[in-house]
Amino acid sequence: MASLRDIKNRITSTKKTSQITRAMQMVSASKLNRAEVNAKAFVPYMDKIQDVVASIAQGSTETHPMMTTRPVAKTAYLVITSDRGLVGGYNSNILRTVMARIRQRHTSNDEFVILSVGRKGRDFFAKQGMTILESAIALPDHPTFADIKEITRKAVGMFSDGTYDEVYMYYNHFVSAIQQEVTEKKVLPLTDIQATGATASYEFDPSAEAILEVLLPQYAESLIFGAVLDGKASEHAASMTAMKSATDNASELIDGLTLSYNRARQAAITQEITEIVGGAAALE
Amino acid sequence: MKTITVNIVTPDGPVYDSEVSMVIAVTATGEMGILPGHIPTVAPLGIGAVRLKKENSTELAAVSGGFLEVRPDKVTILAQSAELATDIDLSRAQESARRAEAMLQANKDDVDYQRAELALRRAKNRINVYEGNV
Repeated sequence: MASLRDIKNRITSTKKTSQITRAMQMVSASKLNRAEVNAKAFVPYMDKIQDVVASIAQGSTETHPMMTTRPVAKTAYLVITSDRGLVGGYNSNILRTVMARIRQRHTSNDEFVILSVGRKGRDFFAKQGMTILESAIALPDHPTFADIKEITRKAVGMFSDGTYDEVYMYYNHFVSAIQQEVTEKKVLPLTDIQATGATASYEFDPSAEAILEVLLPQYAESLIFGAVLDGKASEHAASMTAMKSATDNASELIDGLTLSYNRARQAAITQEITEIVGGAAALE
Repeated sequence: MKTITVNIVTPDGPVYDSEVSMVIAVTATGEMGILPGHIPTVAPLGIGAVRLKKENSTELAAVSGGFLEVRPDKVTILAQSAELATDIDLSRAQESARRAEAMLQANKDDVDYQRAELALRRAKNRINVYEGNV
């Protein structure tokens, strides 16, 4: 049986760990709040741009290379993961989904490329020997559009110049603080644009093509930015849940250890009394 | 006096929402003034200042990239970045103008001139809007 001292040491160290995980849980909770606010601030922009794109797409016969499906020689997978661990199943869920999808669709590593947001995803795909064309790591906890502009610009640009012919995006969609769903979304080509509100018929200055030229890349970039915000909210939520269960497990462990500590203490006292009584009896 | 609602929205959240009597923006084809009752229009925006005229004052905003959508009762400006004159960080804009100028003058092969030039124009636009000389 472990000595009293050993048990005491374990209790102290577990308590310290639980203090840390509890603090991390609270930090994640406040980050989650802000991430939700950020995601909400983005909604009006997304809705509006979607409305305008939809009304142009429906109102005119114009087609744009970004809206037409072409034969696929290469596919790009944009995968949004976190930079660090301690987020429960956040990264593994997404990476598992992407791997399953890749195995199902492709037979060789030459048929697709990876665009990675987040260090975990980049490291994982690099280890699998897959081509990573672009990666954005060390994003702040609350990214602004300027932070991810670089990768969205390249992701859209490489579609336009024919490096790849379609782009799928994978991220954890934030459902609630305890639930996140791995979501697959086809970003490019933009084939299903649906209006959220009433559409209007517009005058175009100078022309519908010129506007699509500006609008579509911006729209595709916004889709990606939206997913990054959504993914960040999920990341903070996942981290909060993971840290909560770590804290719960630690307190369970402490309860168990305290029980055995008390038993050991009692046993030691009983033994001491027996020894004293035995010693006194021997003297008589 | 008739007014029209103006919204300036960026991916990082709404920047401006108010009633004004006239909006003047720099579009790809030149300056465009919008009064209440304008026909529904969409036009891409350049890097420039948006002037928001109220009855007896004018507000300025620095806008870069994006487009302008006009509906009968509402003007929406969707830009990748937009700041009101009062929110502009002048020292940051001056710093990035200096950086862009240095890059343009460095005359190296690995410099992306187009991007440096755009950065310079954005920075100058911010400075101009901040100082109110547009």
